[in-house]
Order: sequence, then structure tokens, then C-alpha cells
Amino acid sequence: MKLYCLSGHTTLPCNVLKFRSTTIMLDCGLATTSTLNFLPLPLVQSPRLSSLPGWSLKDGNAFLDKELKECSGHVFVDSVPEFCLPETELIDLSTVDVILISNYHCMMALPYITEHTGFMGTVYATEPTVQIVRLLMEELVNFTERVPKAQSASLWKNKDIQRLLPSLKDAVEVSTWRRCYTMQEVNSALSKIQLVGYSQKIELFGAVQVTPLSSGYALGSSNWIIQSHYEKVSYVSGSSLLTTHPQPMAQASLKNSDVLILTGLTQIPTANPDGMVGEFCSNLALTVRNGGNALVPCYPSGVIYDLLERLYQYIDSAGLSSIPFYFISPVANSSLEFSQIFAEWLCHNKQTKVYLPEPRFPHAELIQTNKLKHYPSIHGDFSNDFRQPCVVFTGHPSLRFGDVVHFMELWGKPDFSYLEALAPYQPLAMKCIYCPIDTRMNFIQVSKLLKEVQPLHVVCPEQYTQPPPAQSHRMDLMVDCQPPAMSYLRAEVLALPFKRRNEKIEIMPELADWLVPMEIKPGISLATVSAVLHTKDNKHVLQPPPRPAQPTGGKKRKRASDDIPDCKVQKPLLSGSIPVDQSVQTLERHGFSDIKVEDIAKGHIVLLREAETLIQIEEDSTHIICDDDEVLRVRLRDLVLKFLQKF
Amino acid sequence: MDPECARLLPALCAVLADPRQPVADDTCLEKLLDWFKAVTEAGSSLLLLQENPCLVELLFHVRKPQDLSSRILSFALRLAGTFAAQEDCFQYLQQGELLPGLFGEQGPLGAAAWAAPTVRSGWIQGLHSLAQHPSALLFLADSGAVDTIFSLQGDPSLFVASAAGQLLVHVLDLAMRGPAEGRGPAEGRGRLQARDWPACARRIVCHLEDCLCSEATPRVTQALHVLTTAFRHCHGLWTQGLWVQLSPLVARLLEKDPVPAPHALVELLLSVARSSVPSSDPGLWETVAQTLSHLSPMQAGPLAAGILKLQDCPQALRIQAFGVLLRPLACVLEAAAQAPGTPGLLEGAAGDQMAVDTLPPSKSACVGLLCSTLAHLELLQPLPQRPSPWPQAPLLAAAVTILRFCNGSAAPSSELGGHLCAMLVGCVRVQRAALDFLGILSQGLGPRELVTQVFAVLLEYLVSPDSSPTVLKKAFQATLRWLLGSAVPPGCCDLEPRAQLVLRELLAVLQKRLCSPCWEVRDSGLEFLTQMTRRWGGQASFRQALLASEVPKLASQLLQDPESYVRASAVAAAGQLSSRGLLAAPSSPEHPAGPQNTSFEELLLVLTTDSEGFPRRAAMRVFTEWLRDGHVAVAEDQERFVARVLQAASGDLDWEVRVQGLELALVFLQQLLGARGPGAAPPCALAQALRALCRVQLFEFAFRSLFDCDRPVAQKSCDLLLFLRAKAAPSGSLQEAGDSPDVAPVEAALQRWRAGEQGQPLGELAPEAVLAVLRSMDLEALRDTLAESSDHVERSPQSLLQDMLATVGVLGDNEADCY
Repeated sequence: MKLYCLSGHTTLPCNVLKFRSTTIMLDCGLATTSTLNFLPLPLVQSPRLSSLPGWSLKDGNAFLDKELKECSGHVFVDSVPEFCLPETELIDLSTVDVILISNYHCMMALPYITEHTGFMGTVYATEPTVQIVRLLMEELVNFTERVPKAQSASLWKNKDIQRLLPSLKDAVEVSTWRRCYTMQEVNSALSKIQLVGYSQKIELFGAVQVTPLSSGYALGSSNWIIQSHYEKVSYVSGSSLLTTHPQPMAQASLKNSDVLILTGLTQIPTANPDGMVGEFCSNLALTVRNGGNALVPCYPSGVIYDLLERLYQYIDSAGLSSIPFYFISPVANSSLEFSQIFAEWLCHNKQTKVYLPEPRFPHAELIQTNKLKHYPSIHGDFSNDFRQPCVVFTGHPSLRFGDVVHFMELWGKPDFSYLEALAPYQPLAMKCIYCPIDTRMNFIQVSKLLKEVQPLHVVCPEQYTQPPPAQSHRMDLMVDCQPPAMSYLRAEVLALPFKRRNEKIEIMPELADWLVPMEIKPGISLATVSAVLHTKDNKHVLQPPPRPAQPTGGKKRKRASDDIPDCKVQKPLLSGSIPVDQSVQTLERHGFSDIKVEDIAKGHIVLLREAETLIQIEEDSTHIICDDDEVLRVRLRDLVLKFLQKF
Repeated sequence: MDPECARLLPALCAVLADPRQPVADDTCLEKLLDWFKAVTEAGSSLLLLQENPCLVELLFHVRKPQDLSSRILSFALRLAGTFAAQEDCFQYLQQGELLPGLFGEQGPLGAAAWAAPTVRSGWIQGLHSLAQHPSALLFLADSGAVDTIFSLQGDPSLFVASAAGQLLVHVLDLAMRGPAEGRGPAEGRGRLQARDWPACARRIVCHLEDCLCSEATPRVTQALHVLTTAFRHCHGLWTQGLWVQLSPLVARLLEKDPVPAPHALVELLLSVARSSVPSSDPGLWETVAQTLSHLSPMQAGPLAAGILKLQDCPQALRIQAFGVLLRPLACVLEAAAQAPGTPGLLEGAAGDQMAVDTLPPSKSACVGLLCSTLAHLELLQPLPQRPSPWPQAPLLAAAVTILRFCNGSAAPSSELGGHLCAMLVGCVRVQRAALDFLGILSQGLGPRELVTQVFAVLLEYLVSPDSSPTVLKKAFQATLRWLLGSAVPPGCCDLEPRAQLVLRELLAVLQKRLCSPCWEVRDSGLEFLTQMTRRWGGQASFRQALLASEVPKLASQLLQDPESYVRASAVAAAGQLSSRGLLAAPSSPEHPAGPQNTSFEELLLVLTTDSEGFPRRAAMRVFTEWLRDGHVAVAEDQERFVARVLQAASGDLDWEVRVQGLELALVFLQQLLGARGPGAAPPCALAQALRALCRVQLFEFAFRSLFDCDRPVAQKSCDLLLFLRAKAAPSGSLQEAGDSPDVAPVEAALQRWRAGEQGQPLGELAPEAVLAVLRSMDLEALRDTLAESSDHVERSPQSLLQDMLATVGVLGDNEADCY
């Protein structure tokens, strides 16, 4: 069993598991962090961005100034943003049989894999995952396509040049970075997905059974159990134990795993989501009360549902009832509506609302009362309705494309500096409050989970096996288990530490009918069987041996005994061990004398000097060695056999 | 006993003795027993039994083996004990062999009823009451009761076991008191030699010795508990002898590993140390010192804290005890130290090894140790006998370090530090304990850089989104204490420059916290604001900083908060801000007056319209304070202010608001007539005052409140009117001035109110009529009636007996109905 690690990103994993002759890809996350190296794509021509100075080498050489721009000491590529794909060279991706998807964030690289690698298999994902990922992909394509860039930079990818660039020199495999896929590729990729439901058992070639389980993180998010009859691998990716909108995490089925692959833990283990939501609300209220606007860069699905719900409960008490909330995304409408229809994938509390005349999520009420308005983009209706102060939810969180870029330009006039994402907007006037809300499991929850489900081995990204570099003393911020977890890095291949020992074989009922078990020890019965082993699709079946040709003209009605296969009379099978002392006594009683017993490494030798014969008794064999005296041999054999059980 | 009770008693005894009758509930039996106790304490039990033979019959009756409920049996045992507490009555009952039948082996002891814990408990309590005289001792010895008590110490019911231990101490005390007290002063009252102890005492002491030597920890624990009770409650000199006798055995417990029953041992040593023993046996201190060094830090902590609270004990021991208490904190400091050799809490601390020995490896134990250590030190800090010199600076450093471990901001370099950090990070319990402790430490100052660290860590907690509401509240409290403590020079009210810097950051945090979605956080933020304003509202630097922030505006917005507790705190904050002139509410078109008047209208709106009691109560408190301190809104037109508030308060459904209304009325009265104290007001002032009181309709409110269905309101009103009458009494000038006033309408209204017709208004009042009515009323009698608790009628023994009989009677009727 091997694990090929194609992504180094902990929350956007892409691993391939080879298990019992199947090749299973676990997630295909797309790292969007690469886009941070690019200049934002403004929806409206931005004089500021277009007038940024070109970057020149220290020696004044400015041959790259068309491709690279400088802003507050950072260098940005002035081109269409590109994404860093999972490794494609480590393993031939056309051999991948299936791709199992854990949640919609972890499959954004799917079109790259299904459309460009010769992939012939099937993708398994739950229905909400597929519907929402379609929205996310549609949004991504829309964001990048609607503002076409005149130029496409490529010079900067040259390795020699790259080494000279301050911020890009650590970037991974720039040469493999790709532009965003097209809608056509998205549709083709999504058509390869087969929908599954929680706890549904899916057979892969008869060798392996895979089952998705609720992981509690997002609508339709799943962990996967991959098992054969005697081995079990759990894939835990992006799970949450908090009570938010999705169905709670199913933990019990993860028990007794041989290997547990653990990925997608919270990215900010020091920030408790509850505290962060509180922080978010307080800052939002404070800003808006002072006449300011709040911009919330976010994905069009997921935490935004919980945020809107929390704000719904909060706005009246905070005196914000008159403040408009805008949700701007090409898929805003679909996202808000989809969330209401996936009742069976929601937490218990929301499921019960199915039977009540009220919507599952309170954002429906916000929309009805005109407090929350949604628009496909800043153009059109939005520009008519727009009024300040307001709260705007929009994407993309990377701040490199999407409507968010416009608001960054609109409100972010000069003053002080902040995070990497904000680098091209420097200097910035907006106050930046970083309230990351990541509901995925933290390390304390992981320790509890591992104690609970007790896997034999844990496999996880290397980042989880040591405290974060910035907080090296925080020994609590790492996966703590016994035996220590095995770790992987991008482009590594791990041999997982277990061997297959057993295989399950089925016996046909007709054959089973003939078996006559004999109890040889209390609780253990044995029976002999002669059969044909039939193996197909990794399933092994014992079938009755072919019958010899029936004598023609026989009776039409066969007697039951006729069914017994016509085999040779078999010698009985023997079991047990031969007690040396007793057998010597027996031999003496039967007239043999001058018997000597010698101990050898594997057992004993009984020497019948008078008869010039020796009996060699070992753990798994007994030999009688005599000179052509068949009568003596048979006599000795019968004496020895008396000590053994026969059936 | 009053005749009516005596008449009812036989019927009641018959009911109790009848197993077919359902037993009255336990509380009735308890009340009955209390009553009998009171009766026997007031008079002779013997007489009582002779006059009411039904009682003896009842006791005889329960002796017979029958299907009597265990509660009745237990009751009878306790009743018998109560009677037998008097020696003549004891003899009387002995004559009939009643007592052996109840408490001896013929009694419930051997019967099935003994299985019920309540019977065993009744048996013990009966004997406890009974054992008051020498005859009782003989009885105990003869009846074999002492052995039973020994065995009951290990009873599965904890109540029974504990009562058995207490009974043992009581018997021991009774036995020992006799001989010791019998001696004359010349013989040296006091320590008897063990061999001279009475037989009964010797048996008990022997039993205790056996237990102390036992290998079974429960038996050791029992003995230690008994001894603890003895030293805690018995003050006879014999206790010194007892300690001399048993202390070697106690000391021997320390030789065992692990030490059995460490908590009970600590309790015992502390109770001995607090008794008169130390004056006669200095050896005690040696045992204590050994115990301190033998027990683990968790076990020794309470002992160390107890020793340090003692007024009188050897200095060396105090130093040792303080060392034990400080050790966990010293380890924390050690673990956080960046480099070895940083000055710690304890000199000569052995570094990592000590830490490993001190700090338990498991999270819960470590958290428990730190919390209890911090709590002990917190209690110790304000005591005059606290150790001196008090290591203020290292303790501050330790508290700050713990808080940094808890929020993950400490960066220890050692492995131990890393381990500690992983255990403490996010631990709310330790955070709360450390913040409390830090608050207490504000009473002593510290080195400048440490105080800076204190403020820094407090701000970290206040800013952190991860601080839980309870932790945040503690952080606010500690911050306030430190701000109070950092005034320079001590006693000066202005904030020192550093605190002023902190204040700016603090107000920024407060701003955010007042917008928190969590109501507890908004509430503690407002409380903090109120207290800060109360303290520094007059200081220019504070005023400037506060007015420059959004805080006052946010506070007044919170008057509309959906949570009533928050509204109440917002009312208090707005009241305080307004009285300091800090409420910068812009004058709206509805309220063209200044901001201070606007705030009066706003709070009055709360008082008249808020659906919850808390904000209305808070508004009343604010108004009373304003009246007392002369708020701007009051100064403009005091009478109008009082009239409007009283009008709103008088109609309130919440009795606390009405009481507050009367309090405000009292303040108004005092301002008109002079504060409390003897002496009438000058006649002209009185006349003027009375007219003012009539104008604000104070009398209607006060008279009406006299008949309020809530007693505290009526009491308060009574006090108010008594105060007024005292001020007016000697003068009488008003009455003489004119004709006798027409009091009929007032009295008619009072009559109606008394009858419960509260809707009737009083109408216009003349001051003379008020005074006349006031004088004619028997306010003292009313006050006395109100002072009695509301159930004083129902609590009489007669009512109790009637109730018990009635219960049976009612049930009897039902029985008849069934057939």
C-alpha cells in the first residue's frame, strides 16, 4: 500500500492511494495562493494599478518592466492569474481509477486532472458538493474571463530570472502554473462525477469498498472509509466538530482503522471560531455605527451562511437594522437558494425546520425584508441600489479577482500596511480586521478524535507533526498520537506500514452443503473441501468441482448421494502431536526393545536399535526410516497414528 | 404547653402509633421535634411526660415489633433522647425499661428496621440528645451502645457515619469533662494521666488508637475525622492529654508511603493547631513540619495555608509553609525563564527537578494545583499575619507568567515550559484564578516594568477574541483594581501618566466590547465603564479620553439592548455618565433641553415603559443617587423631578421598584427636614416641607404603600412615616395654627386601601390633615406586625398539630369514599 502525495497544501490536499490493485485519488485541491503573486484584475479601469511602476533589476535592467510591477516594495506579475496544480509527474494520472472528493473546496483542480491527464475513471462526490462546486468554479471562471488581459506574461517564469525576483523565488514549480480552466472544461469534468449519499457503499472492482461519511464541515462534506474485508483506511479531510449548518461529523465509523489519513485541519489553530465570529460582529457594528462600510471577502458558499445567520440574530440588538447587506457574486442567487433545498444534508436543527413553514436558513428572511440584497456583479442594479454605510460580502478572498477588487480600490485609499493579500493595494486606507473563521478541527479536537477512534497508524502532512514555525513553543499545536504520525511532503511517496494477511473466499451454498465439520477442539471445527477456486473481479469463490460425465441412460431422478463428487477415497487427515514418552512405552508394550530417544533441534529421534529402524518425530512431520521392511513400517505407522486425531 | 396543644396531643400520638395511618411528611415530624425540644428546654420533661401519658405510651408502642414506618421509629428514638436529656426524666424512663428497649439490643438494633438509614440516624441522634449526664454514660456502657457506634462509623450512609463520629466525640467529651471538672483548682485542673481516664473514655481512645494503627485507610480516616471534631469542638483541657497520648501514632502515619488519608490528616493537624494544644505541646509543630515535607504539594497546600493564617506559630514553620505554598508558582517562573539563574520565588530552588516533583504531569491535577495555590495566596494577601516580607514582585511575575501560558503568548525555551504551556493554554479555570489573584496583588505595588507587564497582559486578555465572558469580566475587574492602585501619589485621584496611556487602549477595547454579540460581555463592559466613571469622572485626563471615544454614545445606545440585564447596566452607566456631564447625547427635537435633561427623559422612559424589572430598578437607583448628589436635572426643578419619578414608581408592578421609590422619597424628606437623628424640624421649615410633600404626592404613595401586598414595601413606608412623624411630633404648630383639619376623607381612603381597594385615589391633601392622620395612626404597632414573618400564625405548634391531624383526617375521608 502506497500513498503518493501530490500537494503540499494541508487544507487543499491531493493524494493518491494504491490499495489492493486500485488507484484512488483522494481530493484534488487547487492552491490559489499562487495568485497572490499577480496584480489584481480590476472590474473598472484602475488608474492607480495601471500606473504602477515597472520593476527593474538592481543594475537598472528594465527588460521585465512590462511583466512585473512594483507596489510598496512587493513585485507583482501583471498578467492573468495562474494557479499551482497538484504534482502531475509523480504518478501517471491516467491510471487513477477513482477520485473521492471530501468537500467542494478540495476539488477545484478537478478539470485540470480529468481533462488533461488522460484520466478515464469516475469521480465520487455528494450532491451538494457537486452543486456548490459548480457555483465556485463558475464564479472563478467568470471572475477571470470577464476582465480579459491584453497581455500574457511568460518571461518571468524563466528560472534564472525567477531567482532574481524577491517574492517569487520561493514559489513552487512556477513552470507548471496554469491559467484558469474554461466553463466547457468545468462542465466536462463535472459530468464525470457520480453522486453518492452518506453511508452508501460503493464497490471498486470488487476489491475495495468506499463509503462517504458526514464530516460536519460544509454542505455535503465527507470523510471516506476505504476498506477491504480485512483492511480499513480512513480518509479524514476537512472535518468539523462544531455545530454549524451541516450534518454533524460521523465519528463512530472511523473506529478500528489500520491507517487514518488526516488532513484539512484548521488553518488557524489559535483562533477559536466562536471568538472570531464575536470579533467579526463587534468590529462590523463599530465600523458601521461610525458611518463606515464593511467589506467581507469570502467564498459564495459555506461560512457565509453561518455569518448571515449570526448577523441576523445580532443586527437588531446592535442597532444595525437599517444597514443594507450586499452579497455580490455571479452565483449569489443560486448559492442562497441551493442552501435552502439540501435539507437532508443539514444539521438536525435545520432538518426539523423542513416540517415548519419557515426557511432552513434565516437569510431568506433577510432577503424578504430587504436587509440582504444579492447581485451578480457591481454593474447593473447594484449601482442603482448602492447606499452607504453598508456591509458587502463578495469574493474572491484572494483579493486578486472578482468584485472585491473594485471595493478594495473604492474604499482602500491610502494609509497603513497589512497582510500579503493586501500588498498590491498598499498604501491602504481601510482598517483591516483579520477574523479568519475556520471551523475545521483543531489539534485538541484531533487528539480527542484519535483517542476515540484509535487507528493503528496516522498519516498526515508534515506541517501537523511540529508546532507552527511562528509559535515553536506551542507543543499543543501539533498532532499528538501514539505511535507518532507518519508525515508527508509534496511529491513524496509513502509506503504505508501494513501488510495484507488474509483474503476472503466465499463458498457456494451447494458446496457448503457437503461439508461435514468435525470439532477438533472446543469451538474449532474442521472440514475438508475439494473445490474449484474461481476468481473474478477480485472476488474469490469456491465452486463445486466439475462432475464427471454422467453415465448415459441413468435414472432421471438422481438420488441425493449421487451429488457427492466422485473422488478417490481420501486418506483421513491427521492432527495433533505425538507424545514421545508414551509412544516409546507403546512400542515397548508391542515387543520392541532397546529403544533409545535422542533429542534433535526440531524434535526427537526414536531409535529402535534391534530393528535397525528410526522414527524421526518433528513438529510438522514424522518419518519412519527402515530398510524395506514394509510390514514393520506399517506396523510402526499404525502404532504412531493411534496418537493422532483423524477426520 | 398550652392547653389546646395538650388536648390535641393524644389524638396525634394515636395517629403516629398507628401503622395504617399514612405518616405525615418529614418536615412535620422535624417541626414537631423542634417544638418538643423547645418545650423541654423551657421546663421539666418529667412533668411533661406525667401530664401527657400519651407520649410515654407512644414510646412504649414503638418498641413492639410491628410494621411501623422507619420515619416514625426514627422520630420516636429522637424524641426519647430529647426527653431523657434531663436526668430525672432519664431515670423515669429507665424505670419502665423503656430506654434499653429503644436503644439496647432489644430495640430496633437487631430488627429489620435497622436496615433503614433513617432509623440508624435517629438512634444516633437520640443517643446524642440523651448523653448529657453521668447516668447516660453508665447506660451507654451497659447497653453496649459504644460498640454499635464504633461500627456505625463505617456506615454506608455518609450522614450516619458522620453522625456516629460526632456522637463519639460528644460521649468522649462528656466522659472526660466529668473527672476533669470535678477536680478542684488545687489539684491542677487539667491533664489527667491516661490511666486515670474513665473507662468509657479509655475504650474510645483505645478504639481510636487501633484505628490509627490500622492498615485500612478508611479506618484511619474515621479516627482522624473523630479527632478533628474533638479538637475543633471540645475545649476542655483533656484534649491536651489526648494529643499527648495519640500524637506518636499520628506522627507514625507519616512513615507510611503513601501517607494514608492525607486530607483528613491535614484537617486534624490544623484543628489541633487552632486548639489549646500548641501552648502545652510544642512537639506539635515538629509533626506539622514533617507533614509539610512528606505530603505532595497538592495535599500540603491547605495545611500550609492554614498554618500561615494562624496568629501564633514558630517563624521557621511559617517560612517552611510559605515555601510549600510558593513552590508551584516558583516552578512556573522557572519553566518560563529564558535563561537559568533568573531570580525566582524561592531561593535555592533546585530547578527542573523540583518542578518535575512539584507539578503533576496530568492536566487536571496541574490545573487544580495552580488554582488552589492561587486561591490560598489570594486569601492570605490581605491578612495582617501574612508572611513578611511579602514577595510582591515575584508573585506578580508568576501571575503574569501563568496568564501568558494560558493565552499562549509565553515563549518558554525549556521542555518543561513547553509542556506547561500545552497544559494551560486556553484553560479558563486557571485564567479566572490568576486574574483574581492579580487583582488582589494590586494592593501592593511592584517594580515599574512589572506593572507595565501587568497592564500589557490585562490588555491582551481584554482584546483577545478568545477570552470567555467570565474571563473577560475578571479581566475588567483586575484592570480596575490596578488602575485604582496605580494612582500617584497613593491617595491622589488622578491617573498616573502610564495609566492614562493604558486608558486610551482600554477605551478602544471597551468600544469593541460594547458591540459584542455576547450579552455577558456587553454587560461587564458597561459595569466597568460605570465604575471607571464613578472613580475618575471628575478627572480632566479621563474626561478628555472618554469624550474623544465612542464609548458614551455606545453606552446610551445600549439602553435599547434586547437583553434586560444589559439595559439595567446601561441605565447605571448612563446615570453615572450623565451625573458627571459625560453623556454627549445630542439634543433631539423632542428634547430641546441639554444632554443631561435628555438623559433624565430617557431613563424615565425606561422606568415607565421597560417590560423587565432590572432596568426599572436600575433607573430608580440612578434617580435616588441623582437626588442625593444634586444632579443637574434635579437642581433645575427638584419637586417636578421627585413628583414624576414617584408617580412612575408608585404604579410599578415590581415591589423592588416601589421600595426604591420610597427610598427616594426618604432622601427627599431628609433633604427637606434634615437628616436622621433626634430633634424636630423648625416649624416653618416643617410647614414648608409638608406642603412640598403634598405637591409631589408623596403621601398618597406612602399611605398606599402601607397596605402594599409586599411586606418590604409596607415596612419601608412605615419607616418613612415614622421618620416624618418624629420630625414633626413635638412642634404641633400646624395643628394649633388652624381648626382641626378634616381627616375623614383620608381615613376613609385608608380604610378602603386596607380592605384591598387600591384603585381609589386620595385626592388633594392638606398638610394639616396629613399630620393629624399620621398622629392618629399606630405606626409602631404596624411596624411590629410587619416585622413578624408572614407565616407567624401558621408556625404555631397548635397549627402544626392541627395540620398533621387534618392530613390524616382528609385521607381518612378518601378511604371512606373508596368503599
